Amino acid sequence: MSTPYAKLPRWADYGLIPIINLAVAFFVAGLVVMLVGENPLRAAEILVQGAFGNGQNIAYTLFYATNFIFTGLAVAVAFHCGLFNIGGEGQAYIAGLGVALVCLAFDSVLPWWATFPLAILASAAVGALWALIPAYLLAKRGSHIVITTIMFNFIAASAMVYLLVDVLKPAGSMAPQTRDFLPGAQLPKLGWLLEMFGMTVRSAPLNISFLLALVMAFLVWVLIWRTKLGYEMRTYGFSPKAARYAGISEARIIIITMMVSGALAGMMALNPIMGDQHRVQLDFVTGAGFVGIAVALMGRSHPAGIVPAAILFGVLYQGGAELAFDMPAISRDMIVIIQGLVILFAGALEHMFRPAIQTLFASVSPGSVGVTVVKGEGA
Amino acid sequence: MELIDVLVQLVGATIRVSVPLLLACLAGLFSERAGIFDIGLEGKMLAGAFAGASAAAVTGSAWIGLAAAILTAVCFGLVHGFASITHRGNQIVSGVAINFIAAGSTIILGQAWFQQGGRTPSLSGDARFQAITLPGADAVHDVPVIGPIYAEVISGHSLLVYVAFLMVPFTWWVLFRTRFGLRLRAVGENPAAVDTAGISVTWLRYRAVLCTGVLTGIAGAYLSVAQNAGFVKDMTAGKGFIALAALIFAKWKPVPAMFACLLFGFLEAASIRFQGMPWPFIGKVPVQLMQALPYILTVILLAGFIGKAIPPRAGGVPYVKER
Repeated sequence: MSTPYAKLPRWADYGLIPIINLAVAFFVAGLVVMLVGENPLRAAEILVQGAFGNGQNIAYTLFYATNFIFTGLAVAVAFHCGLFNIGGEGQAYIAGLGVALVCLAFDSVLPWWATFPLAILASAAVGALWALIPAYLLAKRGSHIVITTIMFNFIAASAMVYLLVDVLKPAGSMAPQTRDFLPGAQLPKLGWLLEMFGMTVRSAPLNISFLLALVMAFLVWVLIWRTKLGYEMRTYGFSPKAARYAGISEARIIIITMMVSGALAGMMALNPIMGDQHRVQLDFVTGAGFVGIAVALMGRSHPAGIVPAAILFGVLYQGGAELAFDMPAISRDMIVIIQGLVILFAGALEHMFRPAIQTLFASVSPGSVGVTVVKGEGA
Repeated sequence: MELIDVLVQLVGATIRVSVPLLLACLAGLFSERAGIFDIGLEGKMLAGAFAGASAAAVTGSAWIGLAAAILTAVCFGLVHGFASITHRGNQIVSGVAINFIAAGSTIILGQAWFQQGGRTPSLSGDARFQAITLPGADAVHDVPVIGPIYAEVISGHSLLVYVAFLMVPFTWWVLFRTRFGLRLRAVGENPAAVDTAGISVTWLRYRAVLCTGVLTGIAGAYLSVAQNAGFVKDMTAGKGFIALAALIFAKWKPVPAMFACLLFGFLEAASIRFQGMPWPFIGKVPVQLMQALPYILTVILLAGFIGKAIPPRAGGVPYVKER
């Protein structure tokens, strides 16, 4: 992303500034905790304890992190192409339909290891299709992708409510959800992985889609930095004009990027549906699509940053749940505030501290900032 | 006669649900005409609704509630301005952040202050904007046709409803008949030209963001202090995004914005009124389809099938003064 600011050493750019931004976000969150009348340091202690205190807590933390790796990668892929996919929430939600259809059709005949690849394909395909429409409209008709993906979030929500209430709900049942899946559509737990280290995990829902998420993180890295397609995406994101001049088809690159992004968001549906609840419920995404925005911004759109950022949000989700027990005034909605603050300080205000840091660097070692400072560039 | 009653009730309901959309839509109009995209309308409205209901509950005065709502929404607007004007951050990202901060903090603070599961105490009497009965409404009520229309459609709304509809000509006048409006529109199309003319782009855009804050604050206050008797968590329920859709639908013009909001309001009112009833020729329409219709219509519009919606040219682009 081009910025009207001068260059800093890489470690400052990718390490120091994000950490400062994050620290400020948590500082402001601490002020909110104080406003509510609780001690922020005590709250932080309970939060960390709740996320890492024992094997089960760690397993829950990683379970939530799985969702955020998928959605964070989805947002990041689009960012590289200069697109803002705010529709991860809707793509993941509607992808639940693909997972549901595969699971309901095959759970009685196939074992899980045969259902799982089919479900991966189905979730990715449905998510990609849901992203295809806004992408097509942008590529061919110039519709603003942010607005269309927001609209598609709402359309997905309405469609899923309709499907769960009127179509997928088994006869005679009151709850708007599908029937429970048989073992043929239940993913194996990953508890043994933690138990190898001597922890006790009881019944936490951490499952093999966590490994799938890590594989996807690696594949996204390969795609963006090691393939021709990824190069084209980054070129288009950096300068659409240059990409056009280089003969890259604008429509093709937009559509492919958005479909990859939608597919990644769609795969998020596997984790809660096949790994935990074993049925499709209303609102199973619970905002993970939006958390992906914060995760991608925090992780600087790089898989190596996204995985830790996703785990941090997993900590907030799991630790936040424990915190709500001990401090009833701080419910899980605190995470929504933190999420907003992270997006604000790591995203919208990412350059706030840059001039100050730059001055600092320039006064300590002028060489590290570059010889001449070029202010501004063609917008 | 029954048909008239049903229609009159439907129109009355349409007006009531359209008001927050209309105020938020006009709020977005000021901001986007000045070149600041604002998808944080939802968050500002929500924060305004919470502040309004809290202040009204504590002080017992609807007016103080309104003032608190406006003040809070303006503060959120200034955060958006600080990020997107002063620090040239991504306006979409900033708007998303504001939505989350508002959604989370209203619940947390509501629970901490009032302990009613994120609600504020129920408002009554002077703590709420009551419906105003216009003179003669009761007298003409029994006159056929005109009577019910006057009594139900024109009279009997709270003050903020009239304010909202008066804001439409006012906004038009400000944007298209004053020097401030001309400059505001210019800064959304070509900020460099405005800068060359010696007018501060930053200060103009900040004023636009302030207008947005005031209007979203009124919209929030209407939701929690006039239409409902208190704040319920997530009470804006996507209205800020429907307003955004209406703004695009209206192609960033005040009077079409009113009609777009009335259309979307009518869809909502009709889907509540005729829930589960079969429609002539079509049969039963799922209520979810009616709820999704504003969004679907907006997408179709954005796709350029109902005329082309061209946004202000400098929208979303931070202005860099020196090169």
